[in-house]
Amino acid sequence: MATLQFREALRAAMTEEMERDDDIFLIGEEVAEYDGAYKVSKGMLDQFGRDRVIDSPISELGFAGLGIGAAMNGLRPIVEFMTFNFSFMAFDQVVNNAPNMRYMSGGQFDVPIVFRGPNGAAGQLGATHSNSTEALYANFPGLKVVSPSVPDDGKGLLKSAIRDDDPVVFLESELMYGLKDEVSEEDDYTIPLGSARVAREGGDVTIVAHSKSYHVAMDAAEELEKDGYEAEVIDPRTIKPLDIETIVESVVKTNRCVVIDESNPFASVASEVTQQVQDRAFDYLDAPILRVTAPDTPAPYAPNLMDEYMPGVDETVEKCKRVLYTE
Amino acid sequence: MADQQNEAPDATAEDAATTEKRPSPLSGDGASEEPIEGPWTHQSIDIPEGPIEETVSFDTYPAGQYGHGELGFEDDEVLDLLRNMLLQRRFENRCRQMYQQQKISGFLHLYIGQEAVSTGSANAVDIGEDSIITAYRDHGMGLAMGLTPEECMAELFGKKTGCSKGKGGSMHFFDREKKMMGGHAIVGAHLPLGAGIAFAHKYRGEDNVCLCFFGDGAMHQGAFREACNLAGIYELPIVFVCENNQYAMGTAVDRAFSKPDLFKHGYNFDFPSSLASGMDVFSVNKAIQDHVENYARDDQPSFLEVRTYRYQGHSITDPAEYRAENELDERKSEDAIVRLEKYIVDHDIATQEEIDGMDDEVTQTVKDAIDAADAADFPDEDALYDDIYAQEEYPFIA
Repeated sequence: MATLQFREALRAAMTEEMERDDDIFLIGEEVAEYDGAYKVSKGMLDQFGRDRVIDSPISELGFAGLGIGAAMNGLRPIVEFMTFNFSFMAFDQVVNNAPNMRYMSGGQFDVPIVFRGPNGAAGQLGATHSNSTEALYANFPGLKVVSPSVPDDGKGLLKSAIRDDDPVVFLESELMYGLKDEVSEEDDYTIPLGSARVAREGGDVTIVAHSKSYHVAMDAAEELEKDGYEAEVIDPRTIKPLDIETIVESVVKTNRCVVIDESNPFASVASEVTQQVQDRAFDYLDAPILRVTAPDTPAPYAPNLMDEYMPGVDETVEKCKRVLYTE
Repeated sequence: MADQQNEAPDATAEDAATTEKRPSPLSGDGASEEPIEGPWTHQSIDIPEGPIEETVSFDTYPAGQYGHGELGFEDDEVLDLLRNMLLQRRFENRCRQMYQQQKISGFLHLYIGQEAVSTGSANAVDIGEDSIITAYRDHGMGLAMGLTPEECMAELFGKKTGCSKGKGGSMHFFDREKKMMGGHAIVGAHLPLGAGIAFAHKYRGEDNVCLCFFGDGAMHQGAFREACNLAGIYELPIVFVCENNQYAMGTAVDRAFSKPDLFKHGYNFDFPSSLASGMDVFSVNKAIQDHVENYARDDQPSFLEVRTYRYQGHSITDPAEYRAENELDERKSEDAIVRLEKYIVDHDIATQEEIDGMDDEVTQTVKDAIDAADAADFPDEDALYDDIYAQEEYPFIA
């Protein structure tokens, strides 16, 4: 194992895959000469040259579509959005071209492309720069959506995403790029898309959380432990396809479930997990499933409002205790 | 980078009006490892005395200017051009009937009047090696590229034998083998795909090019600008071909453009830009040949406006009441099929009787395609879940 920052783990994934397959290239704003807006692609221009690490102008619709066309014609692009807030400029390409091409061509055209970049709130950036897009993209058949929470998963899942023959939306986090953790150095280390990780075992309540919220869940589990409750934390890692089996298995054991998701609540990942769990494990539930999400508001700027906006440990602990009927 | 001087260039006031585009980062040989001149700007901010003046010129390809010999067509190949244009017209006419008989559903956009554009273009490139991508009015281009009338009609009928297995319909014809990269139905959305298709050709070091067709309406979309700009900076082997049929749905071209001379829009990207008649298959063929061989194969993107006219409404349900009185009749007097038939007779390539015989054959071919489409099966019900993901056993929500 090596200790790597999240950004380094992602870079290792891209680098290893690009060394393996010449058809893979990276394109996006500032990915080459600038070394990446968040330095994820640092050094990759020097290693792979200007034919394979390509700066794009500020033209999300254009370079996202260019990537899809290149994928239809046999290449395997990695398209970096500086943030997924900017992916909305390319929304038609991501949701209407990439995932539909295989279907409406009767299976003739693969679109093996990865759209990756940071997603969700990243401090006081205001409403336009704080969107969580996972539920939105997961709504479109033909797309896969991945959202890792630790560097090791970041590496293993990104390698799988690059190898996948379907379009994958790969959601990272500005606030986690500097997060350091152990990362596998195993040769050809991949983690299959669609498999959740049981991050912490416990028998009293299941907490489902991905990306930054996973860390909230782990902190909340520690707080609960102080009060004598053992939370089981499930990180879905992949939003679509969702490994509902692993989540349901846990709920069958704990009979209680809280879902954390920093998205706005309406039709969120938390909504979907809640629906699928009640659909499959209703008889095992001893309490309603509760959600911890951002409020149904745009993201604010003021620091106190932003603290209120983001899902936090206290709220998670409080909701876990509610489903445990201790409060 | 180490041996490069990280210095601002010695720019003069004159330079402010003449900034050169930097070479493409994409070399096309996969071997370039060094940035070309560093990331810093070479543009001057020292503004010269004005006015700044430029002279531009645009090649034109009028109707009636070209003969088949100079374009490289043998006599029998000229008859093939006519046969293909007749096939498109008879096919589209029968589509209208089939829609009325409810054999065809959904949106149906007919290509009648524009056949010279598809036939002239498809015969100027190497089908199966070069790529073609177009918009939703795609039956004509499909037939021009050699998709069979059977698979095209079957697609319109929604049958499993269709060119997209009955999953695409009228607006989504595809053929991977022939590099027919689609009919695309969101106006303008396929232009960046065209750039990407060309990008892949260049990335692999191939000599192949992409012809990217779109209507006048697509040029309003930001996607047009973004695709052109990316093609310019990466020096992609693509020809942007605007099939200007005068109307974006019901909106006349000169009601919708601040600059209705569409060929001039290519100038904004420093593309070689031309204007061709779409009512003469030879003019289209000559224009596409020139743009492909002189520009695209040298990784120089270019822009071609082909001025044409659709005889039908935008879609089957559009009575086209926005046309001027006699407008359609006037345009029909320049019909490309009539023009080619006259050319063939005048040049003793075939007699009118032989042409009529060919027309009968084509009419029968289309009838056979209808019969075959009628007899074919609809997709199996579980095909609803096929071809969404490459992954076997994808866990769809039940």
